Amino acid sequence: MKEILQKLEEKREAARRGGGERRIKAQHEKGKLAARERLEILLDAESFEEWDMFMEHRCADFGMESQSIPGDGVVIGHGTINGRLVFVFSQDFTVFGGSLSEAHAEKICKVMDQAMRVGAPVIGLNDSGGARIQEGVASLGGYAEVFQRNVLASGVVPQISMIMGPCAGGAVYSPAMTDFIFMVKGSAYMFVTGPEVVRTVTHENVTHEELGGAMTHSSKSGVADGAFENDIEALHSMRELVDFLPASNREPPPERPCEDDPARAESSLDKLIPAEPNQPYDMKEVILNVVDEGDFFELQPDYARNIVTGFARMQGSTVGVVANQPMVLAGCLDISSSIKAARFVRFCDCFNIPIVTFVDVPGFLPGTAQEYGGIIKHGAKLLFAYAEATVPKITVITRKAYGGAYDVMSSKHLRGDVNYAWPSAEIAVMGPKGAVEIIFRQDAGDEEKIAERTEHYREKFANPFVAAARGYIDDVIMPHSTRMRVCRSLAMLKNKELDNPWKKHENMPL
Amino acid sequence: MFSKILIANRGEIACRVMRTAKRLGIATVAVYSEADADALHVELADESLCIGPAPSTESYLSIEKIVQACRQTGAEAVHPGYGFLSENAEFAKALDEAGIVFIGPPADAMRTMGDKIASKNLAKSAGVSAIPGSTEVIKDTKHAEEIARKIGYPVMLKASAGGGGKGMRLARDESSCREGFERATSEAMSSFGDGRVFIEKFIERPRHIEIQVLADSHGNVVHLGERECSIQRRHQKIIEESPSPFIDEETRSAMGAQAVALAKAVDYRSAGTVEFVVDPERNFYFLEMNTRLQVEHPVTEWVTGLDLVEQMIRIAAGEQISVRQDAVRLKGSAVEARIYAEDPARNFNPSPGRITKYSPADKSDFIRVDSGVFQGAEVSNFYDPMIAKLIAYGETRALAIERLELALDRFIIRGVASNLPFLSAIAANPRYKEGALSTDFIDQEYPEGFDPADVPESKRALIAAVASVVHEAYAERASLISGQMPGFSRKISNAWVVRIGDHATEVNLRFGDSKIEARCANEVLNLESRWRVGDPRFEALVNGDSVCVQLEKRGVRYRLIHGGVDVNCHVLTPRAAEIFRHVPERRDQDTSRYLLSPMPGLLVRLAVSPGDRVAEGQELAVVEAMKMENVLRADQEQTVAALLSKPGDSLATDQPIIEFE
Repeated sequence: MKEILQKLEEKREAARRGGGERRIKAQHEKGKLAARERLEILLDAESFEEWDMFMEHRCADFGMESQSIPGDGVVIGHGTINGRLVFVFSQDFTVFGGSLSEAHAEKICKVMDQAMRVGAPVIGLNDSGGARIQEGVASLGGYAEVFQRNVLASGVVPQISMIMGPCAGGAVYSPAMTDFIFMVKGSAYMFVTGPEVVRTVTHENVTHEELGGAMTHSSKSGVADGAFENDIEALHSMRELVDFLPASNREPPPERPCEDDPARAESSLDKLIPAEPNQPYDMKEVILNVVDEGDFFELQPDYARNIVTGFARMQGSTVGVVANQPMVLAGCLDISSSIKAARFVRFCDCFNIPIVTFVDVPGFLPGTAQEYGGIIKHGAKLLFAYAEATVPKITVITRKAYGGAYDVMSSKHLRGDVNYAWPSAEIAVMGPKGAVEIIFRQDAGDEEKIAERTEHYREKFANPFVAAARGYIDDVIMPHSTRMRVCRSLAMLKNKELDNPWKKHENMPL
Repeated sequence: MFSKILIANRGEIACRVMRTAKRLGIATVAVYSEADADALHVELADESLCIGPAPSTESYLSIEKIVQACRQTGAEAVHPGYGFLSENAEFAKALDEAGIVFIGPPADAMRTMGDKIASKNLAKSAGVSAIPGSTEVIKDTKHAEEIARKIGYPVMLKASAGGGGKGMRLARDESSCREGFERATSEAMSSFGDGRVFIEKFIERPRHIEIQVLADSHGNVVHLGERECSIQRRHQKIIEESPSPFIDEETRSAMGAQAVALAKAVDYRSAGTVEFVVDPERNFYFLEMNTRLQVEHPVTEWVTGLDLVEQMIRIAAGEQISVRQDAVRLKGSAVEARIYAEDPARNFNPSPGRITKYSPADKSDFIRVDSGVFQGAEVSNFYDPMIAKLIAYGETRALAIERLELALDRFIIRGVASNLPFLSAIAANPRYKEGALSTDFIDQEYPEGFDPADVPESKRALIAAVASVVHEAYAERASLISGQMPGFSRKISNAWVVRIGDHATEVNLRFGDSKIEARCANEVLNLESRWRVGDPRFEALVNGDSVCVQLEKRGVRYRLIHGGVDVNCHVLTPRAAEIFRHVPERRDQDTSRYLLSPMPGLLVRLAVSPGDRVAEGQELAVVEAMKMENVLRADQEQTVAALLSKPGDSLATDQPIIEFE
């Protein structure tokens, strides 16, 4: 018996070696950790339970029959993050370059299927050269099996991708369909076609990093939700993200003890809004002062910065925060910010996370670039997302809420549960200046008259009370009391029930 | 006594004057510029009046507007604070003509003392010891050399109308004397419109020590002992104290007697300060007399028990000084640190902006904070960036400094950068504690400048221990999350590795009933703390000493601020730290391809266009901050690829302005 036990240990040891010491060293030299090292950082100590470490590929062509490494380039299993169950797969670049074989794909599918059954997140650590070319169509089939599961799992369990090496070609579409993508600066890149192909086809000269590096996708394309300095920072940040998320769509968001007083008043917020309506201020200051301990996990911080999205906690329980950012493009809505916020709102709605929206929006960004780019349909995505969301929705208008953008930003009319306004709020079709220029076109040129009319319009409409008189605003609140009011509303909404009519699925303007 | 006074100033000094006025039952009037509508001094005043736009020449420096404000509000007297119009004889005259009392000296005394040469001549005739040198105006280079030879090198050439280090040149020999004369003359001409220059002996290792005097209209003149203000950065005082650790009773009374003689000679009235430079043999020489309340007056107030603002008001109202010379005693020791919105990590550039967090050390019997700001206030780039003063008292100098150190560590300012870490570093400096001061202290002690990211060896264990305790508390709290797998909760070990930059420190924690023992390398720290997750201050007794470390969670790292150190720590398990060795230190992002804004400000001008080839030193852009136009120049030859900001944009620190190819 002892010998048999011994044999198991030996076999495990062989599997753990992956592609061997030389390849692991090469991996380290590129600033990348080995597949199992990454899981050690990601998961609680000693919590990882590995499956299929003995699985091998079944390819007998091109000499593959003589090379077989147990595990076949991906480490799968489950473990815990702060005691909560997560399923993981971690591609091993040291084994056949982490390429995806039929067996490799089956392993990934196995954890995804199990995650769906028990209701727990799936975290994929991607570091793969692409399809296992020797296997041909079997490898392609493997990708599609994964894609299908990504789609079925979407909105059932959180799916998160970490790109920690190459991820190119068809391989990008699995992460693309997951809820969040984290990338590591310097070592991760994602693209549909690489720099070589780009050069031949479009004659553009571009590096891997410029075409699909972490900074590109976190600031230019919006594909990634976060870019991190190295593997360890990325994995530690992932742990923090998972702490915000419910295990599945059947679960409420997680809770943990919180020492921050829900009634904490922040007098400095009373002086945040500048005297001049065109002067910016930092909306993040509102968020940081309102949420528990000023702890805010921002998503896509470098992309479409005119809107801020991220997770925080109120009284220890997760909320999703969406906020216009007056510091960037005056906080207006445009194509990228609408898409960014819409996807975030839909994630929150899938997973029972209440949404707190801070509004200071002068309208939609005008211009041919926006119109030709389809702002009509893209802007409608955010409107659609807010309108269909049934989770608790709390809105605080800090300053401007003009025109259609007012409607979009979680207004009362889109089933906002509690809609507050600060006394500095201006809820109107447009700013006083623009409004007067249209209503009193005949006075154009008479500056004195225009000024007088503008002042009159400002007095009449540039305030929250017209909207409050109609019940569109539930209350006008002192800025310093925002945390208390939002906390209390969230507590009130804890057992909110609201259903949309039965449908196969909606047809949102994609 | 007056029933209402106007304070012709802003910031902490306006607030401070109002506090005394309130205590005396005098109503206060604040004046403010448009930029200060929400300022603290406006809030504290009984009534307030806007006197013009942000630039001080159109508001705080406008004699006409302030006189008008007095008339409008019926203020009977004006306290000018320091700076602005406080030493302006014209202002005193204008008030006098309007029948309003100026809470300060007579215009003639201000005028005489405001002129370097006139004041020296008067001092000489009053028997005040002067620095060997010539009080006559230098005619030409030859004349300069002649006088310098007579005095003996090294000598200092100084602009007669000068101040703030402008128009000053040190000369150690004839050739540098010739050159220095020419440069000083032209600099004086361009800065003050007055090219007069004189020469005096240069004092090696000088200390700056000044005597506070009070004079009333009944002929009483007293001195309140000295203040030492030798800790200066670029001629700007930053830490002051009273009494000086260097002055003995004999020197004190000799200096005091001279200061009183000078005040009498100039027919002084109100509070004034006679500044001396003191050499290592305790020879002292007259520098100048400041005819106003000084920034550093609180240290004198604390050791003498007098309220100088009260004295000024009473004297202006015709009362007598409430103390006789023989009753003046300096009791204990007081130290003041000036807090500026300046970024020590960026060569002390001004850091205007919104103060998002402001929590001074709790006031105690031994700490006084004179603030001009509050949480949510705006540090305007129109005015001096000094936002507060922290004053600590002790029965001994050592105790006062100890309390200052702790209070600095507790002082929270966020949103704008401040010189707090630098002040902490000086307060902790052994040479400072010893009292071995001189005006070149900072140049000598920080020749490479000051970087709060450097952790001195003596602080490593403490920083690492606190980071570990904090991290473990966060980990414990994280492990209380709902929805865990029964029986498989997270195990948290007590061993940590704290990484700061590429330096790693191992820490082992042991939790007792009320104490935590932290073993770091060969040091053992015993911590006793009631800190809870979320508190921005980690207060503890560390091996019996009170310690405060400020904390901020920043993503997966913690920012720790303590004793002049301001660092980000990454706390890892030993296994993660072992794995971390495989992660190479990534080079900082290559920013050489960008021109970044060195400070928050307004982009005034772009001097280049895409495609331009620029030479090293060529002007690229102009950024305005704190009313200063800063010219940004190319540091190498390169080609402009794109302009990323446009004139009129407000810039954040490190915001890219220009991209190069």
